[in-house]
Amino acid sequence: MNLWGFYVRNSAEVLGLVGQHLSLVASSTAIAIVVGVPGGIVLTRRPAWRGPVLGLANVFQTIPSLALFGFLIPLPFIGGIGATTAIVALVVYALLPIVRNTYTGIAGVDPAVREAGRGMGMTDWQLLTQVELPLALGVILAGVRVATVVSVGTATIAAAIGAGGLGVYIFRGVAVVDDTLILAGALPAALMALAADALFGLAERRFAWRAE
Amino acid sequence: MTTSLEVQGLGYELPGKGKRETGKGRLLVQDVSFTVDAGETLVLLGRSGSGKTTTLKLINRLLEPTAGEVRIAGERARDVPPTRLRRRIGYVIQEVGLFPHFTVARNVGLVPRLEGWEPARVAARVRELLAVVGLDPDTHAPRHPHQLSGGQRQRVGVARALAADPPLLLLDEPFGALDPITRVELQREFQALQRRLGQAMVFVTHDVREGLMLGTRMGLMQHGKLVFLGTPQEFRESEHPEVQAFMAAA
Repeated sequence: MNLWGFYVRNSAEVLGLVGQHLSLVASSTAIAIVVGVPGGIVLTRRPAWRGPVLGLANVFQTIPSLALFGFLIPLPFIGGIGATTAIVALVVYALLPIVRNTYTGIAGVDPAVREAGRGMGMTDWQLLTQVELPLALGVILAGVRVATVVSVGTATIAAAIGAGGLGVYIFRGVAVVDDTLILAGALPAALMALAADALFGLAERRFAWRAE
Repeated sequence: MTTSLEVQGLGYELPGKGKRETGKGRLLVQDVSFTVDAGETLVLLGRSGSGKTTTLKLINRLLEPTAGEVRIAGERARDVPPTRLRRRIGYVIQEVGLFPHFTVARNVGLVPRLEGWEPARVAARVRELLAVVGLDPDTHAPRHPHQLSGGQRQRVGVARALAADPPLLLLDEPFGALDPITRVELQREFQALQRRLGQAMVFVTHDVREGLMLGTRMGLMQHGKLVFLGTPQEFRESEHPEVQAFMAAA
């Protein structure tokens, strides 16, 4: 069976799975940003928490994704079969690069700049929003970029717990030993990862401050 | 003359847990007292680690004094919220610390903006100050700090500190990182500026020549204490061993 023919015959299903995949990645990345950026900021204000928090995030990162999906299934509220569980797992993976880069980006701001800002009478909030975040934006966006690209790949495994997405074709293809089916899922996922990478790369260049 | 700055029995003890260093070095500043009137420049000299910079930071509350009192224009510094206090005290540091993502104009206009001035008034003040520190407003205002030389950056740093016309200026080795020629140039201009502005200034340096050139009074710090306080003339004639060590190095 040829790939193009497969897409033509199953266009409705393909589009549906692409949509599911996109929504898994988009919602998990959005949640990871909403939690991870403030989390990284808190770490810059509470240096003692940095080791434990980043350590924990690192440990989560080492759990094989299929195992993490499996672990989450029996949990109440966040577990079970379906998209919610998958999103929780994807958030767990996306958090580390976002928290770490937010922390690194802000911690990398020249101490003299911070001292001058405080010495001029800026409040902590003014310093954060007018100086630290704008200067750290490039590094933070790089973290979001990594998180998104990783999510696109990891989200294919979400099909294993019934969350849908392009992994459905991959798992089906593996089960019936059909390369075209595997490719039918893997190819759009790969393109999606490349597109996300390019998009955030563009955002980094467009919005991040740099001294040429 | 009004007394712009009064420092009484100022002390700072490191908040460490007491187990690391025993006694020595934990008291970074001890029993420092002086006053600075408007139009005066007190130079604080001392070796590295003698407590000069710490003393400056105790005045604008970047560090909280553990002993003694600071009064600015008669008002107790500890009764004023730190951010409000610092907007009334110009602060210039060796590394300058300009915001790299702001233009020169936005850097200089920082404190007036924080104080809620009208944009037109901020813009006018920025132009005025750039001219005061010897930079052409038209060419320099729209630039970013990385497009300036070290000397130009420190000029901008001084302009930023003067922006809201503070009655007191704290300078921490402002010319320490500049090449010798630029340093002398800026020292001369600073001298002219002192006469024009009439602010009270505390100027930290470890360069005796710079201190004698710019100070109306000299303070010498050693091991966190102010061991000498007097006019430049008295400083030259003092028999205090630390003063003589500094004079020998001049």
